[in-house]
Amino acid sequence: MSFLQIRDLEKSFGGLRVLKGLNIEIDAGGFLVLVGPSGCGKSTLLNAIAGLETIDGGDILLEGRSLTGLRPSARDMAMVFQSYALYPNMTVARNIAFGMEIRGVPKAERERAVRDVAETLQIGHLLKRRPSQLSGGQRQRVAMGRALVRSPRVFLFDEPLSNLDAKLRVDMRTEIKRLHQRLGATIVYVTHDQVEAMTLATHIAVLRDGALQQFATPVEIYNDPANLFVADFMGSPSMNLIPAVVERDGDGLVISMTRAREDALRLRVPQGLRRLYDGLGGRVGEEVIFGMRPEAIGEAAEAGDGDGGGVVSGECEIELVEPAGSDTYAVTTLGGVEVTARLRAESGVTAASRHVLTFALDRSVYFAPKDGTRLA
Amino acid sequence: MSSSSRAPVVAPNRVLRACLYATLLVFAVYYLLPLYVMVMNSLKTLDEIRQGNMLAPPREWTVKPWGDAWSRAQIGVEATGLRPYFINSVLMVVPAVTISTVLGALNGYVLTKWTFRGANVVFALILLSCFIPFQIVLIPSARVLGFLGISGTTAGLVLIHIAYGIGFTTLFFRNYYASFPTELIRAAQIDGAGFFRIFWSILLPSSGPILAVSAIWQFTNIWNDFLFGASFGDFDSIPMTVALNNLVSSSSGVKEYNVHFAGAILAALPTLLVYVLSGRYFVRGLTAGAVKG
Ligand SMILES: Nc1ncnc2c1ncn2[C@@H]1O[C@H](COP(=O)(O)OP(=O)(O)O)[C@@H](O)[C@H]1O
Ligand SMILES: [Mg+2]
Repeated sequence: MSFLQIRDLEKSFGGLRVLKGLNIEIDAGGFLVLVGPSGCGKSTLLNAIAGLETIDGGDILLEGRSLTGLRPSARDMAMVFQSYALYPNMTVARNIAFGMEIRGVPKAERERAVRDVAETLQIGHLLKRRPSQLSGGQRQRVAMGRALVRSPRVFLFDEPLSNLDAKLRVDMRTEIKRLHQRLGATIVYVTHDQVEAMTLATHIAVLRDGALQQFATPVEIYNDPANLFVADFMGSPSMNLIPAVVERDGDGLVISMTRAREDALRLRVPQGLRRLYDGLGGRVGEEVIFGMRPEAIGEAAEAGDGDGGGVVSGECEIELVEPAGSDTYAVTTLGGVEVTARLRAESGVTAASRHVLTFALDRSVYFAPKDGTRLA
Repeated sequence: MSSSSRAPVVAPNRVLRACLYATLLVFAVYYLLPLYVMVMNSLKTLDEIRQGNMLAPPREWTVKPWGDAWSRAQIGVEATGLRPYFINSVLMVVPAVTISTVLGALNGYVLTKWTFRGANVVFALILLSCFIPFQIVLIPSARVLGFLGISGTTAGLVLIHIAYGIGFTTLFFRNYYASFPTELIRAAQIDGAGFFRIFWSILLPSSGPILAVSAIWQFTNIWNDFLFGASFGDFDSIPMTVALNNLVSSSSGVKEYNVHFAGAILAALPTLLVYVLSGRYFVRGLTAGAVKG
């Protein structure tokens, strides 16, 4: 049985339905990331788990027992807030110890716990200061300390890194990941940053307008997105989503993409890719959205090179080359949209010239243009 | 900038500035003149007031009018001076200010952080009480006080002032707490703090400026109130303002203007002091948003 279970969860504010029948579950020690654009209901869901918001339907269970009606403090969860929510009138030490103070933990024990946590997070020298005397990164650490000082059954994080600068954000991300591995704690983590989601999660729940789009592991989300929204939202740089037409050529299928000033690029689907034949066979003559991760588009030394298995190739006009240190990104236009290929750093591709690109069709995905459902 | 072009820029500036200061000075004198007249005449003998001009400083300084006003002047039937009524006022103002401020703070806390269906309607109704004229409630108030058996007592006056003050104090605290970060309340809830603990440990320590605003506002209004005091005060609960009126308008004997001036200053002194001592908190509280999280 799952450790934390969210069942058919409903929540409305006035007439506005903010959470629409969510079903999510996670095992003990899991790292669940709730991700989605701003306003999709992530914080509301997290607050519902914490008991800070009432729910209008469904249930939330922890270790098989319903949390409905339990006060936030009775749920044994710790939470880190986006604004850090440090008590401005208290010192760092008292901020961390406040929860224990309320529960009547003896002073000596409180002080020891604060010292331990301060050591873990390297904030020992800040204990006597007030929140207003701390930098953003230090506040973030104190907020973490307040959560870590207890050993709650679940840690809840609401966009804890979104107020930090880029460098600090990456550092803290690594640190949170390390903490998770060391403590083996169960974590529910909210972010709108899909990179954070991919790097931290054992499971990701993608939300949009309060509805669950996909709940899966990061690898599944990345390689096997449930719909166009997930494909577009997750991954950086984002997936190429190219308007294309499915054509029949003999007994094979062809993915055809228009190009400016030349014939359409036609990619023949290898017979071995049953998934594509099953999903697209009934769509001949129809338009689909052809999805390719940038790294699924590569570079071949010559035409024909790399063909075989699920990989086919085609010659394309390269418009732009962006070296990015470890990789080089090449941009061409297909089906009226810019398509990015991720090439090796030492790639010989140059701008404003023609090169043969390879398309790993075994990694391609297809969506219906109308409603974004996955076709293949 | 060259020196030739500087002169025309600065000159009108100077003139403007001079005009500004002159105007300010005129207004300052205008506002201070009554106080000056009161202080000077409260330090003269009655004879001197009768002969001389009001603006002249005393030829013969005396503090006897102050002593008379405070403890010897005839007010009502007895020659007690203003002292007992000053004490009445203090006994009325302190609990009335404290309780109305505390209730306003609790109202503001509930209306912003523990909102319920219809909270805005409740707030609108509370706010409405700020706009009800005193005269309208006089008779209902008298009946309520009679029903409670506290007519003519200080407790009765305290109750009336609390009821009338809650609208204002609620408005102050609600607007202040509206910008108080809700995440702080939530963090405290997670930490296990309850309704009053959060109020006491999280909200109140950050409420200094608005507490000052509420206390000054209430103190000034209640201390200066005349109508309720005159309507509901009795022998042992008449406040300072009403006693001052009785002193000034008592028909027996000669009019001791110097004593009247001294008494008027005594009656105004507490509100003046409160404003001088904490006026800057008042300004700060009115302009400040709440704490950053
Ligand atoms: N207390 C509230 N009252 C009314 N609407 C709210 C309240 N809290 C959140 N909402 C609405 O619910 C939706 C989801 O909000 P939220 O969960 O904060 O989104 P996220 O955290 O994903 O950005 C938003 O449209 C927001 O305006
Ligand atoms: Mg949010």
